[in-house]
Amino acid sequence: MFTEKTLQEVQEGRKKWEREVEKARKQKAERKARFSTVSDLEIQAIYTPEDIKDLDFARDIGYPAAFPFTRGCQSTMYRGREWTFRMFSGMGSAEDTNKRWHHLLKEGETGLSTAFDFPTLMGYDSDSPRARGECGKCGVAIDTLRDFEILTGGIPLDSVTTSMTINPSAAVLWAMYLIVAEKSGISWDKIGGTIQNDMLKEFIAQKTFMLPPEPSIRLISDTIEFGTQSVPLWNPISISGYHIREAGSTAVQELAFTLADGIAYVQDVTARKKLDVDDFAPRLSFFFNSHLDFFEEVAKFRAARRMWARIMRDRFKAKNPRSWWMRFHTQTAGCSLTAQQPYNNVVRTTTEALAAVLGGTQSLHTNSLDETLALPSEFAATIALRTQQILADEIGVANTIDPLAGSYFVESLTNQMEEKAWEYIDRIDEMGGMLAAIDKGFPQMEIADAAYHYQQQVDEGEKVVVGVNKHVLEAETAPDILRIDEEVEERQIARLREVRANRDNRMVNRALSNLRVASGTDKNLMPYVIDAVKEYATEQEICDVWRDVFGEYRDPGFF
Amino acid sequence: MASTVTPGSSRLGLQGTIDEQEISGKNDMMNSGRRLRILVAKPGLDGHDRGVRVIARAFRDAGFEVVYTGLHQTPEQIVAAALQEDVDLIGLSCLSGAHVYLFGRVIELLKEKNADDVVVIGGGIIPEEDVAKLKRLGIKEVFLPGAPLRDIVGWVRGNVTPRS
Repeated sequence: MFTEKTLQEVQEGRKKWEREVEKARKQKAERKARFSTVSDLEIQAIYTPEDIKDLDFARDIGYPAAFPFTRGCQSTMYRGREWTFRMFSGMGSAEDTNKRWHHLLKEGETGLSTAFDFPTLMGYDSDSPRARGECGKCGVAIDTLRDFEILTGGIPLDSVTTSMTINPSAAVLWAMYLIVAEKSGISWDKIGGTIQNDMLKEFIAQKTFMLPPEPSIRLISDTIEFGTQSVPLWNPISISGYHIREAGSTAVQELAFTLADGIAYVQDVTARKKLDVDDFAPRLSFFFNSHLDFFEEVAKFRAARRMWARIMRDRFKAKNPRSWWMRFHTQTAGCSLTAQQPYNNVVRTTTEALAAVLGGTQSLHTNSLDETLALPSEFAATIALRTQQILADEIGVANTIDPLAGSYFVESLTNQMEEKAWEYIDRIDEMGGMLAAIDKGFPQMEIADAAYHYQQQVDEGEKVVVGVNKHVLEAETAPDILRIDEEVEERQIARLREVRANRDNRMVNRALSNLRVASGTDKNLMPYVIDAVKEYATEQEICDVWRDVFGEYRDPGFF
Repeated sequence: MASTVTPGSSRLGLQGTIDEQEISGKNDMMNSGRRLRILVAKPGLDGHDRGVRVIARAFRDAGFEVVYTGLHQTPEQIVAAALQEDVDLIGLSCLSGAHVYLFGRVIELLKEKNADDVVVIGGGIIPEEDVAKLKRLGIKEVFLPGAPLRDIVGWVRGNVTPRS
């Protein structure tokens, strides 16, 4: 990148500057003995051409929409189209959530994202004893196709894309979406959206699990194969680092474990389904966290795209450039928000969103200021949406592509992210891949160590959290928060019982029994799930078939 | 073909047996005869376990004997584990919003088993107005987001003694 002469000048300049630093330190020590990112990665006082002297423009940076995609996936990026404003929302009943969706769309949201309650996430019906107290609390309660019809009422499924945060039971909720589209006369090649459907990160971090790893991966490969053949605009998986980070990982761990998960899925689909990598890889999508440490995040996003391009081209020999690109959704870091002085959270979310935009995300959710207290109120969710709109339209960051490229610091940090992530990936490869690593508890314990280390740093005041360990207020006023009515559970159970009473139970049983038989073979299970959902089989009835056939996974409780 | 997969060594599906604790823990409870035994537990379907695992480590580093249930426990399973492990304190964590029902049910079951001398504390995403409600139900203390580990450990030292 630089001539010998330039580098020589840089070195001479450095010596002079270092002498000045020496003098300044004698008069007054720096504020800290060591400066580090939120992930505790040490940061130098200054970065110069020396730090990126081995960088090669064509090899490492290049142009957007071309290998290695460091600068982004689309040739025009946000000049062509803004990122998708996709607010994660779901609460109470299908009616409550549908109302919130219409509100957000009216206010300029451009994509939907669904938060389900815990029984739905875990494959239990609302009247299961295991679901007591949880119905509609952490998201929307969905038991059958009937709820889904209400959820999507009045939503133009042919023009809005919908993301669903659903994992062990992803096939079931996806089937509901497909049938609702079909019933409204929209063919499957016209609908777009994403199911999260990433079980590896569930075992590692988010912990909504149902089946053991092997059958979990099999269901994922089934959905990827089905999507490739029948729903070409759908992202059948969103390989997620978000939850890894929320569980307390560092930025490097988030990056490395997510890519290692991606490698495991590509290996499984190619081996199990005998598909060519270029048949399905263009539809793989990703999901990252955008945390507080601004430059670390931008560097992480840029490194992620570059690494995935290298993995797909060099490791998996993909030939289609669309297989090399990494498209991702981003959510600002929920774990960075504080219950204390919650209005300060707007500022945190804004800078995190800005890092995601400068990192070239395709889609973004911004957290609401009240999320450490409850699910977002309409007021708080609207401010969060407005935050994105202000970034897109007012401050000029969407005018040019990858504006931080070429920064000595950002390029150096991007390289560092990549190097450290490769080290983890190599270790995981040595263990025999991500499934083996999870079985050993390796990523789980690495994350637990990082989370504990961070909490200790906060407790010691080494990491500052405004309002928590510095600038604490004696008395605070809490904002009005959203409460989920206890009657949601009663009404939901009543509707579920009504559906069970009015459907053709003979057809339901036949569909479930076909699913059971097929589950014991290596057939693709999506068509069987679709048949059962169409007959208004409940989510749990379908999941119970799998629990029965495949067994259940239990949390090993590593700490 | 049905199977239950439980990776890692565990007793009752629980991590952190007494032997392991004696190796790793520092014993600062010598005065009161035996060390304080704590069950940290995740009731319900909530999967947010960052906090509970950090607390489990902090308790262990403070010299307590710690048993962690792992995720997705019913109140019945938690109370059974508490009795079987003969603990002095149960620490419940819930971030899903289902805390009132789940914490209350644990208290109810302890009473049914005549074990209401086991102290129960809780934490998680809990609105301020529910704190009083939980205390009325019998939860001795509620720790909200941002509570420093030393405050939680300090509260336990000051308020819980090994049961005779």
